[in-house]
Amino acid sequence: MHPLVHLLVALIAILTFIALNGLILVYVERKVAGFIQRRPGPFEVGPHGLLQPLADALKLVGKQLVMPRDADRILFWAAPLLSFAPVAICLLPIPFGPHLLGLNVNLGLLLVLAFSGLNVLALCLAGWGSNNKYALLGAARAVAQSVAYEIPLLLSVLCVAFTCGSLNFVDITVSQTKHGLLSWNVFSQPLAFLIFFVSALAETNRAPFDLPEAESELTAGFHTEYSGMGFGLFFLAEYSYMIVVSAVASVLFLGGWSGPFFSGHWWMLGKIYALILIMMWFRWTYPRVRFDQLLNICWKWLIPLSLINLLGTALIINLVR
Amino acid sequence: MAFSKKKVRLMLDKPSFNLNGDYYSSRFSELGKGEGDTLILNLGPQHPSTHGVLRVIVELDGEYVRRAEPVLGYIHRMHEKMGEVKTYVQYLPNMGRVDYLHALAWNWAYVGAVEKLMGLEVPSRAEYIRVITCELNRISSHLLWWGAYVLDLGGFTPILYAFDDREILMDILQIPTGSRLTYCYYRFGGVSADLTETFLTQTRSFIERFKTRIPMYHDLVTGNMILRGRCEDIGALPVEMARRYGATGPVLRGSGVAYDVRRMEPYSVYDQFDFDIPVGKNGDAMDRYDVRMAELEQSVRIIEQAMSRIPDGPFINPDVPDRILPPKGEVYFAVEGARGKIGVYLISDGTARPYRLKLRAPGYSNLHVFAELAQGTILADAVSILGSLDLVIPEIDR
Amino acid sequence: MTTIQKTLKGLWSLIVGLKVTGKEFCRPWITVHYPRQEVTNLDSYRGHIDLVPLPADPRTPLCIVCRRCEEVCPSGCIRIEGHVPGEEKGGPVRQLLLISNVPLPHSAAREPICAADKTLRVLDGFSLNYNLCSLCGLCVQSCPVSSLRFSEDVYLAGASRKDFEFDLLKRLKHRGRFAKIKKAA
Repeated sequence: MHPLVHLLVALIAILTFIALNGLILVYVERKVAGFIQRRPGPFEVGPHGLLQPLADALKLVGKQLVMPRDADRILFWAAPLLSFAPVAICLLPIPFGPHLLGLNVNLGLLLVLAFSGLNVLALCLAGWGSNNKYALLGAARAVAQSVAYEIPLLLSVLCVAFTCGSLNFVDITVSQTKHGLLSWNVFSQPLAFLIFFVSALAETNRAPFDLPEAESELTAGFHTEYSGMGFGLFFLAEYSYMIVVSAVASVLFLGGWSGPFFSGHWWMLGKIYALILIMMWFRWTYPRVRFDQLLNICWKWLIPLSLINLLGTALIINLVR
Repeated sequence: MAFSKKKVRLMLDKPSFNLNGDYYSSRFSELGKGEGDTLILNLGPQHPSTHGVLRVIVELDGEYVRRAEPVLGYIHRMHEKMGEVKTYVQYLPNMGRVDYLHALAWNWAYVGAVEKLMGLEVPSRAEYIRVITCELNRISSHLLWWGAYVLDLGGFTPILYAFDDREILMDILQIPTGSRLTYCYYRFGGVSADLTETFLTQTRSFIERFKTRIPMYHDLVTGNMILRGRCEDIGALPVEMARRYGATGPVLRGSGVAYDVRRMEPYSVYDQFDFDIPVGKNGDAMDRYDVRMAELEQSVRIIEQAMSRIPDGPFINPDVPDRILPPKGEVYFAVEGARGKIGVYLISDGTARPYRLKLRAPGYSNLHVFAELAQGTILADAVSILGSLDLVIPEIDR
Repeated sequence: MTTIQKTLKGLWSLIVGLKVTGKEFCRPWITVHYPRQEVTNLDSYRGHIDLVPLPADPRTPLCIVCRRCEEVCPSGCIRIEGHVPGEEKGGPVRQLLLISNVPLPHSAAREPICAADKTLRVLDGFSLNYNLCSLCGLCVQSCPVSSLRFSEDVYLAGASRKDFEFDLLKRLKHRGRFAKIKKAA
C-alpha cells in the first residue's frame, strides 16, 4: 500500500477509535464511580444507561457556543482545538498489534512526548483567553504542574530507552517478547513504571492531581467559561490523553501487544483499559494534593528518584555489555 | 415587561457594567490594599460544597491570601423576629430549621429555656429519650460534616459512605419524630411521642454496624497521606484567639480546652453518663478532625448507656398547661450542639408570645475565627480551614 | 521517624484506601431504585394531614370544630367552617379553597372553643393549604378527639400550587364513598 494511503487509513481508524473511546470511557467512569459509591450510576437512558454518553454528546453539540464579552476571541476558541488536535498524532507511532501500526517512526517516543506537551499551551490559552480570574488561577496551576511533571516522565521513559537501545515503539515491544512474561520492562524497571504512572496522572490532570479543575475552590479552573462543544473538546481531550498515556505505558512497560497465549491487539487493549481503570480507581479514592505539595513531590521525590534510576540503569547496562 | 427590539439593541450597545463590584467588595478593596499586584476574589455565595450560602471576599497575592472577610446575610430568615410574633408552641418548628443538621439540639435549647422559666418538670423517661435522640442526631451531623469536608478536599466517595449511615439514622429517627431532617419532636415537659420497640432494636443494630464502619472511615480517610498533608499544621488556632472570638465546640476543644457544656454546666441527665471529652493538642485542622471523629465514638457510648438504663414512665409531663404563659422574667439556657454551645435567651413579659428571643449560634463565633486564621495561607489551605470549622450558614444567619 | 519511614507509611495508607474502595466496588447498591422500587418505612412518615372518620360512619369526621388546630398552626394553613345545627350560619360563607399566595390573616380565624363548651357543632369544610405546612404535627397533637392523622403520600407531586390546596372533608367523603353505614338499632 502506498505509504500515504496507509497513513490516511490509520488516521481515520485512530480518530474513530478516539471518538468511540470517548463515549465508552465516559460511561465506564460514571459506572465505576457509581459502583464504588454503592449506587447504580447512569441507568435510564438506554438499557443500563448505555446511551447516556451519546445523549450527553448530542447535548453538548447542540448547545450555544458562548464566549465572555471581553475574552480574546482567537485564544479562547483556539484552546480546545489545540488541546484535542495532537492526540491523533500521538497515537500514530504506537503499535496496537503485530501488524497494526500507523507510522513506523524511529523517534516514536520523542514524537509522543513532544506532541503531548502541546496540551500545556492549550491550558495556558484557555486560562488567559477567558478573561476570568478563576480561569487564570486554574491555568497558572495547570501550566506549572504540567511543565514540572514532564521531567520525571521523560527521565523514566529514558530508562526504558536505555534498556532497549531504541526510541522506536516497535523495537521496544519486540524486545519484551523474548522470554515471555518475565521480559516485560515492569519487572526490570519497576521504579520507572511507578514514576511514569504518577507523572502521567499529573500530566493528564487526573485526581489526585486535579487541582486545575478543583471544583470546590475555583468552580472549574481553566475551563470555567467553556460550555457546549468547547467544554466537550476539553473533556474528550482529557480522556484521549489518558488513552495515549496508558498506551505508551503498556508498550513501554507491559509488553505492548504480547501476551501469554495469543499475542495481538486484544492484549494491548486489555492493558490500556486496565491502566485506565486503575486511574479511575485512584480518582474516586483520594482527595486532592495541594499545589505546593504537588510540586514538592515532583521536585523532591520523583526527579531525584528517576535520576538515580537512570544512572543505575546506565551503570548496569555498561557493566553487562 | 416587553422590550422593543430598538430598546434591546440600545441596551446591548451601551453596556453599563459596574466593574467595581458591589458595596462589600468595593469597601473591601478600599479598606487597605496592600502593595503588590493583588487579586480580589469572591468565594461564594454559591458553593459547590455544602457549607451553605457563605460569601468570603479574599485578597489574593498569587496563591496567598492576604485578607479574608466573610459576608453574611444571604440566608437571613428572621427567626428571632418570628420568635416575637409567634406563640411559644407555634415557634417549635422554627427550631428544627435554624440548624437543620443538629435540629434536636436547637429543639432542646428552646424547650429547656421555656421549661426553666416556667419551672416545668420533665419526667425521667423523657430526659433519656431526649439524650438518645440528640446523640443520634449528633452522630448524623458529624457524619455529614466529615463527608462534606473530604468532598471539599477533593475526595468524592466518603460523603456517600457517610450518607449510607445517615440514611439509616434518618430512618431510625423518623420512627418517633416523623421527620427525616427538620425534627420538631420535643415539647414543653417532654417529647411528643414515645420510643417504640422498633426504634430500640433498630438503634441497637445501627450501633453494632456503626462500630465496624468507623474503622473503615479511618482506613479510607484519616490515615490517608494526602489528607494528612492537607490537614496537619493547617490553621492552628491558639487558645487565646479562640477565647477572644468566643469559639466553642470542637473548634475550641481542638486547641486543647476541654470545655463541653454537657460536663461544665450539665443539663438534663448528662451528669449520670460516663463519657470522655476528646481534646486536640495544637488546634490545627487535623486536631479538630480527630476531635469530631472521637466524639462519634463517645456519642455511641452515651447512647448505649442510656438505652440500657432508660426507665419506664410518662414521656411528657401530664400537668403542662394547655396555654403556655410563662411568668415575666428572663432566662438563658445552653446545650452542647455538634458545632458548639447553643444558647437561647428568652425574655417573657407574661403574655402568650415572647418579648425577645435571642438565639446564640455557635457557628457565628466560629466563623469569624476564619478571617484571622486564613491570613497568609494558600487558598487551598483557606478552604481546608473553612471546612474544618464545621459551619452551617443558616445557623449563622438565622 | 525518618522521612523515608514516614513516606513508606504514607504510601501504605494509600494502598489501604484503595483496598477499601475496591471492596466497596464489589458490594451491591444501597440506593432505593425509584420508580422500580419504593420505600417501605412509611408507617411513621408525616405526610399531609387527613381527617379521621367516625368508626360507625366513614363519611363523617370525628372533628368537633373546636378550632384548636387552626389556632396552633404556626403557618396558618388550616381553615375550618362549621355551624351549630339549628342556628343560622354566621355571616356569608367564606370561600373554602384558598387562593394561592393570599393566605387569610390570623384575625380572620375564629377563636377556638373553650373546653367547657359542650355544644354540638358540625363540620362544613376543612381546607388545608399544604404549600405553607411545615409538618410540625402540632395540629395532630392538639386535637382533643384525635380527628387528624398524617397521610402517607410520600410521592406527592404537582404542577402548580393549587394542586396542594386540599379539601380534607371532600377527601374523607371520597375515601368513604363505598362504605355501608350501619343502621343504629
